[in-house]
Amino acid sequence: MTANMQTAVRAVVTFVILLAGWQMVVWITGVAFFILPGPIRVLNSLVQNLELISVHAATTFLEIVLGLIYGCSLGMISAISLSWFPKVRHWLLPLLVVAQAIPVFALAPVLVLWLGYGLASKVMMASLIIFFPVTATFLDGLRRTDPGWLDLAHTMTAGQSTSHRWTILRHIRIPAALPTLASGLRVAAAVAPIGAVVGEWVGSSAGLGYLMLHANGRMQIDLLFAALFVLAGMAVALFFSLDWLLRHLLPWQPDSLPND
Amino acid sequence: MSAQHTTNAMANSAVGIELRRGTLVFGDKTVFKNLDLDVPAGRTTCLLGPSGVGKSSLLRMIAGLSPEAKAHKLTADDHAPIQGRIAYMDQRDLLLPWLSVLDNVTLGAKLRHEHPSREKAVALLRRVGLEYEAEASPAELSGGMRQRVALARTLMEDRPIVLMDEPFSAVDALTRLHLQDLAAEVLVGRTVMLVTHDPLEALRLGHRILVLRGEPAQLAPSIEPAGQPPRPAGDPALHGQAAGILRDLAG
Repeated sequence: MTANMQTAVRAVVTFVILLAGWQMVVWITGVAFFILPGPIRVLNSLVQNLELISVHAATTFLEIVLGLIYGCSLGMISAISLSWFPKVRHWLLPLLVVAQAIPVFALAPVLVLWLGYGLASKVMMASLIIFFPVTATFLDGLRRTDPGWLDLAHTMTAGQSTSHRWTILRHIRIPAALPTLASGLRVAAAVAPIGAVVGEWVGSSAGLGYLMLHANGRMQIDLLFAALFVLAGMAVALFFSLDWLLRHLLPWQPDSLPND
Repeated sequence: MSAQHTTNAMANSAVGIELRRGTLVFGDKTVFKNLDLDVPAGRTTCLLGPSGVGKSSLLRMIAGLSPEAKAHKLTADDHAPIQGRIAYMDQRDLLLPWLSVLDNVTLGAKLRHEHPSREKAVALLRRVGLEYEAEASPAELSGGMRQRVALARTLMEDRPIVLMDEPFSAVDALTRLHLQDLAAEVLVGRTVMLVTHDPLEALRLGHRILVLRGEPAQLAPSIEPAGQPPRPAGDPALHGQAAGILRDLAG
């Protein structure tokens, strides 16, 4: 606990020093506020536009959460299907690897064209970029079950009339793959906001990405930065909440990195 | 009392293993060919041999874990199949880290969709000295304790045949002696086949000792040490015999 608090204190101190440095640069260079506003001006803008920013933040947050839910569910379902049907795996896995190399952002204009300016295209965008890391990590975990555990399960269920493939998947393969799935979910939480915001940039009438473009066009760079900070704060909060949750749900997976 | 009763019931239904012309080939390496093996019912047979000779492969073949292996005949000595009558214990404890000690012990029943008897599992944990650790997670236990849980899990399966692959090689010497005594005590009446690289362990625990050597591997005539297992670890005669076997294996 003290180690965690030390980490938090260190993060806050670093953050404050960076802000101070930023304000110093603004004071020393005398750069115009519509090019680079100082953190104090950004904070002012945040306070003044709190209601506006909250409304747009709520939209973006909803897109991110829905994207996470759909993308993670689809990723997990496809990983389980691919591990369950070897034939499907042989055909689809190469496709999946190639598809992963496609920059999904390039699809954003098409998604907006097909799904419209509303929520659906952004949720789709976020789901798509989440889908690949979740599928890849979970499938990897499902395929790397300790052979010793499988041997044990095999001798325990040998000589029975029914097949125990599903039981072994449920009781051994899936739990054993959860720590690797957790890494995929962490990546998902980190990239979901990118998907939502890129979707908003391409075409939308709400959301922090929209607000940032809008503010940029009207030279309200302080509002742009305020929106950016809220977005960053949201993304960081989301990532650490998920990280905390995963640690508590998977207590048997020890943190192998030393804490110093 | 009930444990004693179970043991007697087991002894009555103990079955041996008959292997005829067992063959295992990996690529262009013939591990063994046309190997015959009889494991007598209700007794402990120890399988010794130099590292890499195929002891574990032979054990895995009997356990049905080696799809590459072929045999003219591999059955129990009552001519019924041996599938479903085997409990397997590995060198590693193979405890599932996300389950409690108790849930690990009852894993087999859960995989077979049976209703596991909690009372029986707790009784077995008591027998291996871990009744107070039932709700603990495996990560909280020492290596020796984890291997005792694995032993309780093996007993929970209540199979007439128990196959053990170097079950005590990963623990320290003192713990190993305790585990050997415990295993000898709780496995009385079952047909046990124990693979080990340690001649002293084989001499302590085996009613009968088989040595596998050569390439392709062959079984040497069996050794039947005097007295009943577990034989005392401090017995000088045992150490002399162990040294002899070691020389034999090396030469």
